[in-house]
Amino acid sequence: MALTGLQIYKLLPQTNCKECGFPTCLAFAMKLAAKQAELKACPYVSEASKSQLEAASQPPIRLITLSTDGRKAVAGNEIVLFRHEKTFFNPAPIFVRVKDTDADLAAKAKEMNAFAVDYVGIKLQLSGVAIENASGDANKFAAAVDAVRGASDFPLILIAKDPAAFEAAMAKAKGAVPLFYAADASNVAALAAVAKKFNAPLAVKGDGLDATAALAEQAKAAGIEDIVIDPGARDFLGTLTLATQIRRLAVKKNFRALGYPVITFPGEGVSSADEELVLAAQHIGKYAGFVVLDHFTPASAYALLVLRQNIYTDPQKPIQVQPGLYEINAPKPESPVLVTTNFSITYFSISNEVEGAGLPAWLMVADAEGMSVLTAWAAGKFDADRIAKAVKTTNVESKISRKRLVLPGHVAVLMGEVEEALPGWQIDVGPREAVDVPAYMKLKP
Amino acid sequence: MPVTVEVPKEKYGGKVREVVIGATKDQGGTRSKAITIGGEAALPFMHFEGAIPHPPAIAIEVQDRKPSDWSPVVLDAWKEVADDPVKWAKAAEAAGADLILLKLNTTLADGSPNTPANAKKVVRDVLNATGLPLMVFGPGQAELDNELLVPVAEEAKGEKIVLGVAEDKNYRTIVAAAMANDHVVNSRTPMDVNLAKQLVILIHDMGLPLERVLMDPTTGALGYGIEYGYSVMERLRLAALQGDGMTQQPMVVTPGEEAWRVKESKVGTDVPAMWGDWKERAIHWETLTAASLVETGADILVLRHPEAVKRVKEMIAQLMSQTR
Ligand code: SF4
Repeated sequence: MALTGLQIYKLLPQTNCKECGFPTCLAFAMKLAAKQAELKACPYVSEASKSQLEAASQPPIRLITLSTDGRKAVAGNEIVLFRHEKTFFNPAPIFVRVKDTDADLAAKAKEMNAFAVDYVGIKLQLSGVAIENASGDANKFAAAVDAVRGASDFPLILIAKDPAAFEAAMAKAKGAVPLFYAADASNVAALAAVAKKFNAPLAVKGDGLDATAALAEQAKAAGIEDIVIDPGARDFLGTLTLATQIRRLAVKKNFRALGYPVITFPGEGVSSADEELVLAAQHIGKYAGFVVLDHFTPASAYALLVLRQNIYTDPQKPIQVQPGLYEINAPKPESPVLVTTNFSITYFSISNEVEGAGLPAWLMVADAEGMSVLTAWAAGKFDADRIAKAVKTTNVESKISRKRLVLPGHVAVLMGEVEEALPGWQIDVGPREAVDVPAYMKLKP
Repeated sequence: MPVTVEVPKEKYGGKVREVVIGATKDQGGTRSKAITIGGEAALPFMHFEGAIPHPPAIAIEVQDRKPSDWSPVVLDAWKEVADDPVKWAKAAEAAGADLILLKLNTTLADGSPNTPANAKKVVRDVLNATGLPLMVFGPGQAELDNELLVPVAEEAKGEKIVLGVAEDKNYRTIVAAAMANDHVVNSRTPMDVNLAKQLVILIHDMGLPLERVLMDPTTGALGYGIEYGYSVMERLRLAALQGDGMTQQPMVVTPGEEAWRVKESKVGTDVPAMWGDWKERAIHWETLTAASLVETGADILVLRHPEAVKRVKEMIAQLMSQTR
């Protein structure tokens, strides 16, 4: 957690010798807090203060990167408990677990690697594959890694107990940097040694906070910097409670021993694939770093990836599109003018519907500061003035022969005002939902 | 090296109000039981730092006639009971509902405008058919809402139903009807902390006790702005716990309605193949929309598909069980 200027000042010599280039230690401290100066400019700061200041400048949750052929799965660096306080930064990578005893591993990996959906112009995909050494045989494990590596460029999580299994797997990893899962009290020294050898992040699994923190400290003492933690719980309440406590300890208390991404296995806490998805949804919102699923279907992955995208959207920067006039299916001068806001979900919902139905239209996107129709209307960002302004700035009148404007159904109340603001225009009220727009357009062309 | 982690506990000065819905015979109604919601003294399911006295409740939405615009995936789940609000309410009770939400349509089955006589009859029939507490929502058009909900409030006098939805434009009539007939009001505002608070204040100013006000912040569906509703709810709940009295109402959300009007659940053809199986996707859409809101402090979730009800109920049961 970042220190304030005053907290930093207390760690400086407080002699105001000016050698750092600032008139006082306090002025220097303020610049340090604002990250506009570097600590090494003060020659007199003590070793003890130095290490304290360095520790404080670390992110509360360490950034962990897994990579394969340049494709990355990144977790950590979060700094808040609630997304409205700032934002959640690194969308929790979603992995699917396979076992080295499964048939057709290569085909499975290929299928999951090919899965991709377009959501408001963003390509959503799974993040990687977790391979479990269920056979207990190091050679089988290595063969499974080989098969998955041959079929995809997925980042990997390797799940095994025996250091020899990791050694064998890494011989087939072809340069990938996987996560090693997981060291417990019985093997932490041995797994830390092999993780260190391959420069791989290491997960530690304890039963509860005390044991997990102790294991993380042991791994760190053995020279592992990149750690992922599994505090043991599997059920809804246990995972929610522990993940919340860990996030609070890391973010609010700067508690280093638990300042790592949490890995979750929602499939282990439930009795069906459907329930697994519900628990995974909880983990996405409440503090998972990595999520490892046991089931994959396109429908479930789509829903979960959209949820993750929503939760990790920066609240200060709603995803927007450029206000303006968009042509759909080569509109003619007599085609209708549909008006909406520049919130990207709103824009994409409408344009996808109209485009998909093959209907020509002018889609006029008013500047509503990136809000949806209803939210923008409530906030006074989508009203007759804004709509009239859009008509003017887009110069739509020069392109059409029929002045007919269709308002979104949610703002039917604006009709009178818009009629006043746009004399000579016919104002109609369309449906509330994008999905109903094509039917409306066919009914009233 | 043993480590002892000191778990930080938040101390809050406020808590959510408790609201009772439904009245039994002793309480002047005919419900087989009343239900209490709210009362949380900590963030959702943080049992270790404050009491969470009541689980979030599930209301199943039934309509006064077969809905014309519902996805076939939901209608197939209810089949012929969707033609009859009485059978539908009974089926909803059997499917595990804690409350019934009866939504009145704009029009009758023959296309003519809905009438006070019809609304009263359906409400009476549903009250007779089930012992569960009842919520009644109007069609959502201020004038028609007033026209239908006032007689409904009179018909259900003493049953302590939830009348909704009271919005900025029509709350006065609905609140007056609730005051005169001892009901609860659902105060709905569009995804904004201050608007939510403001309408509660206006309703309270009319003289309705806060123990009879629910707050419906509207949420958006998964993929269609749920992150706004999600954060508004988190902010409202934090404000409630920090002692802001006008944000301490239990929260009602309608993930069923939200999720079932989006393309992912409504449409099965001409969608990308990667969207997967329609029915599976549609139920996930409602379930995940609801599940996210369970985590942000929803006290009543209004759902539509019985399978989503089952999954969300299981989730809530687990989050409320402190046996581990
Ligand atoms: S060099 Fe160090 S001791 Fe001297 S004024 Fe700057 S901060 Fe203070």
